[in-house]
Amino acid sequence: MTMQINANRATCIGSGQCVFTDPDAFDQDDDGTVLILRAEPVTNEEITRANQAVHVCPSRSLSLVTEELEYS
Amino acid sequence: MTTTPNLSTRRVDPYNPPAEHARLQEEQPVSQVGWRDDRKIWAVTKHADVRAVLSDARFSSDRSLPGHPTNIGYAPGDKLKQLIEMDPPEHTTARGRVMGEFTVKKVAAMRPWITKIVEEAIDMMLQGPSETDFVVALSLPVPSMVIAELLGVPYDDHDFFQENSAAFVDQHTTPVEKAAAMGRLRSYIADLVNSRIEAPGNDILSRQLSAGADPQDLVGLGFLLLIAGHETTANMISLCVATLLDKPELLQQLRDDPDLMPGAVEELLRYFTIAEIGGLRLATADIEVGGTLIHAGDAVFALSNTANRDPEVFPEPNRIDFTRGARNHVAFGFGPHQCLGQNLARLELEIVLSAVIRRIPALRLAVPFAEIPFKEYGPNYGIYKLPVAW
Ligand code: HEM
Ligand code: SF4
Repeated sequence: MTMQINANRATCIGSGQCVFTDPDAFDQDDDGTVLILRAEPVTNEEITRANQAVHVCPSRSLSLVTEELEYS
Repeated sequence: MTTTPNLSTRRVDPYNPPAEHARLQEEQPVSQVGWRDDRKIWAVTKHADVRAVLSDARFSSDRSLPGHPTNIGYAPGDKLKQLIEMDPPEHTTARGRVMGEFTVKKVAAMRPWITKIVEEAIDMMLQGPSETDFVVALSLPVPSMVIAELLGVPYDDHDFFQENSAAFVDQHTTPVEKAAAMGRLRSYIADLVNSRIEAPGNDILSRQLSAGADPQDLVGLGFLLLIAGHETTANMISLCVATLLDKPELLQQLRDDPDLMPGAVEELLRYFTIAEIGGLRLATADIEVGGTLIHAGDAVFALSNTANRDPEVFPEPNRIDFTRGARNHVAFGFGPHQCLGQNLARLELEIVLSAVIRRIPALRLAVPFAEIPFKEYGPNYGIYKLPVAW
C-alpha cells in the first residue's frame, strides 16, 4: 500500500499554501499552478505534511489517496 | 411577532469579535438573523462551516445577482466585472491569468525592494518630530508604494499615487473628495496601461498586455489590486504595531527571537481577521451547512473572525500565541477567492514589523490604548490614527 498525492491543476488558484506547508513536495510553475515534486509521501512526517497541505488548500485541489499496489 | 435584532458587526472590544457572534458559535452556529433593510442572513460561525461555505461556489460571489448581500467591490465608473465578484468557471480563467504574479517564489524575490521602501519610510519618519501618526508615516504609504511598484508607476509619480490612494481611505475626506481621488487614480492607471502598450516595462501591466489581456480589464485589475491590497495591509500594520506596544511581553518575544516573526504575523492575521466583510455570499441552491438547510436565494455571511476563534480548531483561541503555527486560519478567506495577495501581505507585514522593532526601539504609544480610534464599524477592521512617540 502506498500513498499518492493528486493535484487538480485545473482548479488550483495558485495560493501557494501547499508550497509553504511542504516545500519538498510542492512547487508552483511560472503561471502559479501547483507542481508536485514528490508524489509519494513515505515517512510519517511526510504523510502528516501532505495531509496538512491537503487541508489548507483553499480550492480543494489536492487529495491524498491510498493506492493498492498492483501486481501483474 | 418576535423581532431579532439585526446582526451587528461592530467591534466594541478591540481585541475580540462581537460577543453576540461568539454566543451564536456556542449556541447555534448556523442561524438566520436579521440583516440590513429588514432582510435576513445566515450567520455561519464555526471554522469548518465557514470553510464549507467559502469553498462551495454554489454560494455565489456574483453581486450582480438579485438579492446578493455584498456591498463591496465596485468603484465608480466600473462596469466590468472584477475577479472578486466572479464565480467559476469565469473566475478560474480570470484568476489563472494573474495568479502567476504572486507565487511564493515571485513574492519572495520582492523582499529587497520592499525592504528599501520600508527603510526609506522609516528614515523619513525619524527625520521628523519624535511624535507622529504611525498610520500616515508608515501604515498607509508602504502598501501603496508596493502596489505602485508592482504596477510600474514611475518614481516621479509616486507622490501623486500615494496622496490619492491615501485620500480615499481617509476618515476625514468627504464622499465627493473620495470619488474624485478614485477618479484621478483610475484615469492615471488607464494612462499607465496605454503607455505600456507603446513601451512595455518590467511590471504586471506590461506582462498582462503581452499575454493578450484586454487593456480595459487591466485598468480594473490595477484598481482592484489597489483597493484590495492597500487599506487591508495598512490596517494590519497598524493593528500589529498597536498590539505589540500595548503588550510588551509579545514585543519582547520578537526581540529575543526574530525567527518568531512569520509565526507572529500568521497569529496576528488570525487574531484580527480584518476583512471578514469578504465572506458575504448568496446561496444559489439548497445546501446543508453544519446540519442546517440553507435555501437557494438566502443570503449568507461566513463570519471568519469568529471562525478564527473556534476553540475546536484553535485551543485557547483568545490567547495570542506566536508559536501556534496555525496557517489554517481563514483571515484571507477560503475557497477560490482566497486572497490573491496573501503572500505579499505576509511579506510586507514581516518586513515592516522587523524594521520597526530593530530601528525604533524606543517606540511607544502616545495615547492610552483605549483612546486609539479603531474602525469598529468597518467595513474592514483597522485603526484610523495611531499616535506614537519615541
Ligand atoms: C493583510 C492584508 C490583506 C487581507 C487581510 C486580505 C484579505 C482578503 C480576503 C478575506 C479576500 C477574499 C474575499 C472573498 O472571499 O471574496 C481577499 C481577496 C483578494 N485580495 Fe486580499 N487581503 C490582504 C491584502 C491583499 C494584497 C496586498 C493584495 C494585492 C496586492 C490583495 C488582493 C486581493 C485580490 C485581488 C482578491 C480577490 C481574489 C479573488 O477574488 O480571486 N489582498 N483578500
Ligand atoms: S494550496 Fe491548492 S490552490 Fe494553493 S497552490 Fe497549492 S494546489 Fe493550488
